[in-house]
Amino acid sequence: MSKPTIATGHFTGCFGCHMSLLDIDERILQLTELVEFDKSPINDKKRFDRVVDIGIIEGGCSNDENVEFLRMFRKNCKTLVAIGACALTGGVPAMRNTVPLRECLEEAFLRGPSVIDGVIPNDPDIPIMLDRVYPAHEVVKIDYFIPGCPPSADALWAAIVALLEGREPVLDYELLKYD
Amino acid sequence: MRDKTVTITIDGKQVEAKAGQKIIEAADDAGIYIPRLCHHKDLPPRGHCRLCVVKVDGRPRSSCTIPVEEGMTIENDTEELNAHRRTVLEMMFVEGNHFCPSCETSGNCELQAEGYRLGMVVPKLPYIETHREVDATHPDIFINRDLCILCGRCVRASALQDGKTVFAFEGRGIEKVITVNAEHGLGETLMDVADAAAHVCPTGCLRTKRVGYSVPVGERKYDHNPIGSEIEQAASH
Repeated sequence: MSKPTIATGHFTGCFGCHMSLLDIDERILQLTELVEFDKSPINDKKRFDRVVDIGIIEGGCSNDENVEFLRMFRKNCKTLVAIGACALTGGVPAMRNTVPLRECLEEAFLRGPSVIDGVIPNDPDIPIMLDRVYPAHEVVKIDYFIPGCPPSADALWAAIVALLEGREPVLDYELLKYD
Repeated sequence: MRDKTVTITIDGKQVEAKAGQKIIEAADDAGIYIPRLCHHKDLPPRGHCRLCVVKVDGRPRSSCTIPVEEGMTIENDTEELNAHRRTVLEMMFVEGNHFCPSCETSGNCELQAEGYRLGMVVPKLPYIETHREVDATHPDIFINRDLCILCGRCVRASALQDGKTVFAFEGRGIEKVITVNAEHGLGETLMDVADAAAHVCPTGCLRTKRVGYSVPVGERKYDHNPIGSEIEQAASH
């Protein structure tokens, strides 16, 4: 029997959730026994070429590229799990949501104290920023949520084990954290 | 009258309560925790937050304001009520701007702690994301209105314990905010950091300056034990 496949993805966040996943220490050897990693920054596989069993995503959606890739994850993952404050609530990047986008850009690129001859970046290769930072579940259907900033390695391990055993991942009190 | 007792049933457990006691107080004495945010043991109840709503003989009532009566049958820790409570909490989270990861009250926050206790994983309601004014005019205390859940504890504590009426509500409905009794902010009021009102806020809204992040992660108030466990444990001894 082939091993369950896992894809992981990163959107607008700090990669801290992936770091926390690596923080499961020697259990990562067990994880590689249990699952096969598909598209993920961990193995640097860039594209989906099949449907995977479990998708784990961190980060919210702050630009059009995030939305496109998140939709790609939804399309290619049987079960999609959002992990971390940014994917769940928008997180720290969503602090800009109470300030209009133009004001944010002007403050960063035109009016900032260290700006000289400022210009708002407009290269066609740069993803277009959205009006606000969206939690993942406002863009696609998310099956399960693991909160934390980042979720602790133990919380991620407990969630992955539950998913592999076909259970709903429900975190114990000390693992359920919003920070 | 003072010694008169009544018998009520909470989640199938018979509880002796003092006549005139509120349901939440009788439950506390019996070691049964009813979730709460606006209620504070040293302040008169107001029934603002709706988290303590229980079913009394099948009817939803706020347990902080309703006195016990002989023979009441009360439902508290039921999946139906806890689901409602999670929704009430979600509304509080999306109506404010609660960024737990960067908040200095995180780990000691009662709003967050109720979420942990009741198993709220993520607020799924749409965020309101309004911008509310921070008041940092006082030398020792700040008000971050983004975190206010309108519990009114500071309003009551200032008026009734400190005798100062520093705080009040202003506006109606979704526009309602906490305000202070001065034109240019908290710094102009009689507020002192030693006042009771400075130490009753359940969230990070009303906080003392220069003491943030003093307790490391892992040692904070609700890191290991759920809110209310002190009430549950006190009665078991």
